[in-house]
Amino acid sequence: MDTLMLSRIQFGANISFHILFPTITIALGWVLLFFKLRFNATGDDKWMEAYRFWVKVFALSFAMGVVSGITMSFQFGTNWPGFMEIVGNIAGPLLAYEVLTAFFLEAVFLGIMLFGFSRVPGWLHTTATFLVAFGTTMSAFWIIVLNSWMHTPQGYEMRDGVAFATDWMAIIFNPSMPYRFIHMLLASGLTVAFLVAGFSAFRWLLGDRSEGVRATLKTGVYLGALLIPVQIFMGDLHGLNTLEHQPQKVAAMEGNWDTGPSVPLLLFALPDEEARENRFEVGIPNGASLILKHKADGVVPGLNDFVTEDGEVLHPPVAPVFWSFRIMVGTGFAMLFLSWGAAFLMLRKGRGPEGLPKLVTYAMVPMAFSGWVATLAGWYTTEIGRQPWLVQGVLTTEMAVADVPAPFVAITLTTYLAIYVLLLGAYIGVLFYLARKAAHGDIPRRRTPQSGEAITRTVPAE
Amino acid sequence: MELFGDPAQWLPFTFAALMGVSILIYVVLDGFDLGVGVLFPFASNDEKDMMVASIGPFWDANETWLVLAIGLLLVAFPTAHGTILTALYLPVAIMLIGLILRGVAFEFRVKAPTPHKATWNWLFFAGSLMTSLAQGFMLGKYVMGLESTLGTWVFAMITAVFLTVAYSFIGACWLILKTEYTLQAKAVDWAKGGIWGLVLGLGAVSLATPLVSPRIFDKWFTFPEIFILAPLPIMSAALVWLLWRSLQVLPNPTDAGARTPFLYAIALFVLAFGGLAYSFYPYVVPEKLTIYEAASAPESLFIILVGTVFVLPMIGGYTALAYTIFKGKAAELRYD
Repeated sequence: MDTLMLSRIQFGANISFHILFPTITIALGWVLLFFKLRFNATGDDKWMEAYRFWVKVFALSFAMGVVSGITMSFQFGTNWPGFMEIVGNIAGPLLAYEVLTAFFLEAVFLGIMLFGFSRVPGWLHTTATFLVAFGTTMSAFWIIVLNSWMHTPQGYEMRDGVAFATDWMAIIFNPSMPYRFIHMLLASGLTVAFLVAGFSAFRWLLGDRSEGVRATLKTGVYLGALLIPVQIFMGDLHGLNTLEHQPQKVAAMEGNWDTGPSVPLLLFALPDEEARENRFEVGIPNGASLILKHKADGVVPGLNDFVTEDGEVLHPPVAPVFWSFRIMVGTGFAMLFLSWGAAFLMLRKGRGPEGLPKLVTYAMVPMAFSGWVATLAGWYTTEIGRQPWLVQGVLTTEMAVADVPAPFVAITLTTYLAIYVLLLGAYIGVLFYLARKAAHGDIPRRRTPQSGEAITRTVPAE
Repeated sequence: MELFGDPAQWLPFTFAALMGVSILIYVVLDGFDLGVGVLFPFASNDEKDMMVASIGPFWDANETWLVLAIGLLLVAFPTAHGTILTALYLPVAIMLIGLILRGVAFEFRVKAPTPHKATWNWLFFAGSLMTSLAQGFMLGKYVMGLESTLGTWVFAMITAVFLTVAYSFIGACWLILKTEYTLQAKAVDWAKGGIWGLVLGLGAVSLATPLVSPRIFDKWFTFPEIFILAPLPIMSAALVWLLWRSLQVLPNPTDAGARTPFLYAIALFVLAFGGLAYSFYPYVVPEKLTIYEAASAPESLFIILVGTVFVLPMIGGYTALAYTIFKGKAAELRYD
C-alpha cells in the first residue's frame, strides 16, 4: 500500500478510536450533573451512588479521549501537512478556540469534579461538574464547526492556492453545522442512555436490586426513549441538508446510479463500482424519492452525474457509504424498539424495572454499545461520503498527504492498531469489572460525607 | 490593527512568544508529572499510590499545555508545523504512544482488577519514560537543525537521556513538596542523584548550540552581547549551587524549605529555556524558516489573539484555583 492509503487508514483508525470516548463524555457529563442535582434536591443517597459509579466511567473515558485526541492533533502535522498549509487560516483559529475555551476548562475542573467532592463546598463541586459538561460540549461545538466547514465551506476566498477567511460568522454557521452538531449531541445522548441502561441491566441480572441501580436503569431507558425519535427526525433533516450541498454523498447512500424520478429505497444491494450497477437489489418502490423529495416521483441525483468526461470519479466509494448508512439506520431502529418497549413495560402499572421480562434485560446488555456502532457508522457515512475531497471542492485528500516513507507509516499504523485493540479490550473489560464489583456490593456503602469535610480531615495545616 | 505598527511584524512575534510560554509551562508542569512516572521503579507499591495521588488532579491540565503549544505552532506557523513534525515523524510517534500508555494507566491502575495493577504500574512507568526520552530526542534533533546524520543522532540520544533525568529531577522536587516521611526522604535522594544529569544536560545543550550554528555563536559571543548575557549562565550556576544547598537541609521535622527545591528547579528550567529561545529567535525551523516567513495570515492570527487575550487569564485563574484546592501534602485520591 502507498503512503496515502496507509495515512488514511491510520487517521481513520485514530479518529474512530477517539470518537468512541468523547461520544460518551459529552453526554455523560450532563447525566452526571443530573445525578448531582437530583442529590442536591432530594438528599437521597441513591443519586450519589449513581454519581460515584458513573464518574469513574467518565474519568476513564475522558483519559482515553484525551490521549487519543493528542495523537490526532499531531497527525495533522506528521501526516497531513497540506491540510494546514491550504486551509490553516480557517482550521487554525477554530482549533485554537477549541483548546482555549474547552480543553483547559474540562481538564482543570475534571480534577475538582473527580477528587474534590469532600474538599470543596457542595456548590463548587456541582459547578465543577457543570463546567466539565459544558467544556465537553464546547469542544464538540468547535470541532463540529471545523468538520462541517470541510463539508460545506463558505466565508473564505482563495488567494495563490491558499484559503483566507473573509467572514467568520459564515464560516462558523456554515450550512451543515447546526444539523451535524445537533445530530452528534443526540448521538452522544443516545450512546450514554444505552450505556447506562445496559450496565444497569447487567447489574440487575447479577441480582443487584439497590436503589442506585434502579435509578440509573430508569434514567437510561427513559433518556433513550426520549431521544431516539428526535434523533430519527433530526437525521432526516440532516440528510435533506446533505442532499442540497453534497448530492453525490446522498447518491452513494441510496446506491442510486442514474439521476431520475421514482427511485426505490434499497434495503439490500451489493453496489458494484466496476460495472456501475447494483447486484441483488431489494427495495421499496419510490421509497428514496419519498424520503428525499416527499413525492413518489421526486428526482433523486445519481452517481453517474459525478464522473467527469475524461472518466475522473468525483463521487465517494459507493459500497462503504451505502452499507455504513444502513448499519446506522438499522441500529437506530433497534434502539427505538428496545427503549420504547422497555419504557412501556416499566411504566405499565408503574412496575418499574420489575416489569421487565428477562429477555428485555438481557437484550439491553449488548445494546450498551449500540451507540458506538451507530455513531461510527454515521461518521463513516459522512466522512467517506466526502471523498475524494478533504475540503469539499477546495482540497483533495491526496493533495494534503505528507511525503513520509510508506514503511514509516506502516510501522506507526501497526503499533497504533495494536495499542487500540488492547486498550479497547481493557476498557470494556474494566467497565464490566466495575459493574460486577458494584453489583456484589464491594463498594462500601458508607455514609456520603459532608462537602468540605476533607479540608479538616486530611490536609494538614501548612 | 495598525495601532502597534505593522501586524505582519508584531503578530508573528506575539505568537512565537505565546508558543514559547506554552512550551515552557508544559515542560515545567508535565516535566514534573512525567518525572514522577520515571521514578516509579524506585518506589514501593504504597509509595506509587501516593506518587500518583500527588499528580492525579493536575496531570490532565498539564498535558493540555502541550496541546496548546502544538496548536499554536499549527495555527500560527502552519508551514513550520508540517516541516518540523514530518522531520520528527518517529520520535513524535514514540512520544504519542508513551502519552497514550501513561494517560490511560492513570485510570486503569486503580480501576482494573487488582492482579492487573502491577502491569498498569509498569505501563505507567514505560509510557512516562518513552515520552521523556522522545521529547529529549526531539530537543536534540531540533538543536542540531533537524539534520539526519550519525552525529546528530548520537547527540539527540544524549539529550534524550539528559532531559529524562531533568524531568525526574523536577519530579523528585515536586514529591519533596507534596509528600512526607520515607517517600519524602527518598525523593530527596532522587533529587540529589538527578542534579548531576541536569547540570550535564544544560552544559551539553549550551555548548552544542553555538558550536553547531555560527549564527548562534555570534549572538552570544560578540561585544556587547557577551556582557549583557553573562548573567544568564552565572545565574544558572548559582541556582544549581542553591539547589544543592537546599537539598542538604531536607528532610527535616518542621518541613521547612520543602518548597525551595521545586521553586529553584522551575527557575532553572526558565533560564535554560530563555537561553534556547534567545539562540533560535527569529527561526522557527532552525536556520531555514523564520517566524515571519512561516506565519499565517494576519487576520487569522488576530482573531485567535482576541480570544487568547480574554481566555488565558481565565485559564490562569482556574488553574490557580485547582492548585489551591489540592494544595498541601498529597492525600489518598478518592471519589467521595
